[in-house]
Amino acid sequence: MAKARVKVPKSVKAGEVFLVKTLISHKMETGQRKDKKTGKKIPRKIINKFSCSYGGKEVFGSDIHPAVAANPYIAFHVKASESGPMSFKWTEDGGKVTEKTVTIKVS
Amino acid sequence: MADKQKPRTYERREFMTKAGTGVAALAAVGLFAGKAQADAAGVAKAIMAKIGKKEQKSGRIKIELPQIAENGNTVPVGFEVDSPMTDDNYVKAVSLFADKNPVADVATFRFTPGSGKAKVSTRMRLRKSQNVIAVAEMSDGSVYTAKKAVKVTIGGCGG
Repeated sequence: MAKARVKVPKSVKAGEVFLVKTLISHKMETGQRKDKKTGKKIPRKIINKFSCSYGGKEVFGSDIHPAVAANPYIAFHVKASESGPMSFKWTEDGGKVTEKTVTIKVS
Repeated sequence: MADKQKPRTYERREFMTKAGTGVAALAAVGLFAGKAQADAAGVAKAIMAKIGKKEQKSGRIKIELPQIAENGNTVPVGFEVDSPMTDDNYVKAVSLFADKNPVADVATFRFTPGSGKAKVSTRMRLRKSQNVIAVAEMSDGSVYTAKKAVKVTIGGCGG
């Protein structure tokens, strides 16, 4: 569905708190808009959940409502513990999931 | 040119709100399709639904929000909660609310000690000038809130 982008530092030191930036292209249809031609409401379709797992557990999660702007951008922090994968999951209304994984290098 | 028009539009909106017809008038223009809006009571309810009946202390949260948002469709918003983020003392969750949006809830962010810092930036929609409220739940059960006003030139909820 949507194109997801994630930015993390190339390498981090153990114990360092680093910034993780995420962006997914999505219209985030609020369910408030009306179709100009038919006058009918356009049904809501948003990303309603986002989660980030690292080191085998969820380190950051989010429940999202329609008031989050289109192409939801979320930047947050994670504490470096070990080298390994960091995975991201966006869930759309209706249950469709977009996933992305990056590798964290701890030096 | 645009600069000349904006202040006037805002004054007009404010006047209408004061006259108590703001929502109706805007709906008549077809901007917001006559949608019911969250108000102070609505926000209180939404917060209650989120955290239950708990004492809300102020402080510890810093909200980053522009004073004036030109485009309500995408307004940068961020917050940082003062916390050591250790295993037994961390921020569990922070929820953002907007008191004059059609839906008061904006988003909830859940943290763990592995977050390191309870700091998030994102972008939100604002229908009109209003307050953004952040509610932080700590691991010890205490609740902190902060509020920041923002002026919106062009509302962003589609029409």
